[in-house]
Amino acid sequence: MKNFEYVRPATISEAVAAAAEPGAAYLAGGTNLLDLMKGGIVRPNRLVDISHLPGLDRIERLPDGGTRIGALVRNADLAHDGEFAKSYPAIAEALLSGASGQLRNAATVGGNLLQRTRCGYFYDPASACNKREPGTGCDARGGENRLHAVLGWSEACIATHPSDFCVPLAALDAVVEIEGRTGRREVTVEALHRLPGDTPEQENVLLPGELIVAVRLPKEARTFSHHARYLKVRERTSFAFAVVSAAVGLRIEQGTIWDARLALGGVAPKPWRAHAAEKIVEGCVPDAATFRRAAEAALADARPCGDNAFKIELAKRIIVRALTLAISETAERVAALPGSPFAPVAGALHAS
Amino acid sequence: MKFPITLTVNGVPHSIDLDDPRVTLLDLLRERLHLTGTKKGCDRGQCGACTVILDGRRINSCLTLAVSHDGADVLTIEGVASGNELHPMQAAFIAHDGLQCGFCTPGQIMSAIGLVMEGHAGDDPERVREGMSGNLCRCGAYAGITEAVLEAQRKMANPDKPDLAKPDHVKERAA
Repeated sequence: MKNFEYVRPATISEAVAAAAEPGAAYLAGGTNLLDLMKGGIVRPNRLVDISHLPGLDRIERLPDGGTRIGALVRNADLAHDGEFAKSYPAIAEALLSGASGQLRNAATVGGNLLQRTRCGYFYDPASACNKREPGTGCDARGGENRLHAVLGWSEACIATHPSDFCVPLAALDAVVEIEGRTGRREVTVEALHRLPGDTPEQENVLLPGELIVAVRLPKEARTFSHHARYLKVRERTSFAFAVVSAAVGLRIEQGTIWDARLALGGVAPKPWRAHAAEKIVEGCVPDAATFRRAAEAALADARPCGDNAFKIELAKRIIVRALTLAISETAERVAALPGSPFAPVAGALHAS
Repeated sequence: MKFPITLTVNGVPHSIDLDDPRVTLLDLLRERLHLTGTKKGCDRGQCGACTVILDGRRINSCLTLAVSHDGADVLTIEGVASGNELHPMQAAFIAHDGLQCGFCTPGQIMSAIGLVMEGHAGDDPERVREGMSGNLCRCGAYAGITEAVLEAQRKMANPDKPDLAKPDHVKERAA
């Protein structure tokens, strides 16, 4: 690991000033950053340790009915907060479907949003990677790419965004609060990450030194609590990144879906909101054919980047399955195997 | 540049002048404090061999910098027994053959104690397996590990010594 200057600011403004210099990086939970530093993939000159900043570890119910999650809230604490999990069950399930117990105890909300792709070529300094070293090429294009993107990828980069947490956040119109040298600004989670285009090294819209201080859920987000699911296919049932995942929220009254939210994980360089699919199910009575049409719409622009055409059909089926499961009232407690499609299905409408 | 920190490890306070900010909590325990029970497996947070309980929560000690934990309380495998009396989790691992070569065992036991303290798995074997998925055992002792965690969980829920399940029992003993 390259040596670095270690700085521990006492306030947010001190942190932002300390991180504004080129080569600086924020340290929070460290679960992704230290891994990247050990591999020499990320080589900061200065680490700005924000893990002791006061006031960023709270989950607050806002007067307007929304919820504000401090950037330093640990993944496990958020998932196991009873009031939070009841209000946003798909978020709790997504969090618990990710990583391991140890990692969830350390990883933070802000860090989860900014975690890097797990593309094996990005992690291998001997491979060409436009994200790691712009202009060097992409060895994933002709390599092992069955887990790479089918939506939003470019010739320069086919890596996927690995977060589970971001998928329901994108679906529920979550907003990111950002502190910078010129003050505070906000962007939606959907707008936080960029598509790779010709500049895959630019992964988000944050400016140098900008710090995520909170994630906010608007008041509408809790209206989906009764019909919400996060479904995640992975190559083993626990402690693995998504091959394909889907977050669904439905607002159903008198048998009709009035509002729908849908986002996908594991298929694109960013959490992928499926607006067109939402429109198809809104105003409809739940029905297998409608769900399949929605799934077709969500993947209409998908194309394989290599050996991963299977992900397109898999994503469609996961969408149908997640919508189908969401019709049933949300369970009191997250399943023993969070997000697993292999969990028993009780009382669900069979899609096909 | 020196980075002075204080850490309480297994109830014993330590003042340490770190000479390098890159030292992980794992390397501090093993190389500076010579507590080699905590193992370095993958050093990347994937295997769980380095699991310790930091301020009451199980974490991967390989993925956190020691310099960031000034004032913290750490419990390692060396601190869980009471003298010659094994912690119920240690005893259950032996009783249920929850190990073969033993390399992953300190991490398994610390993770299991942390899991029981978290209180979300209860007596459900599926939740125990899920909760222990951050600890790999290449000998494949998983069946015994699950049985051991379930048994120890029952004993920790109804202990003869009510403070046994808490990490600060060590601190109280040392005081």
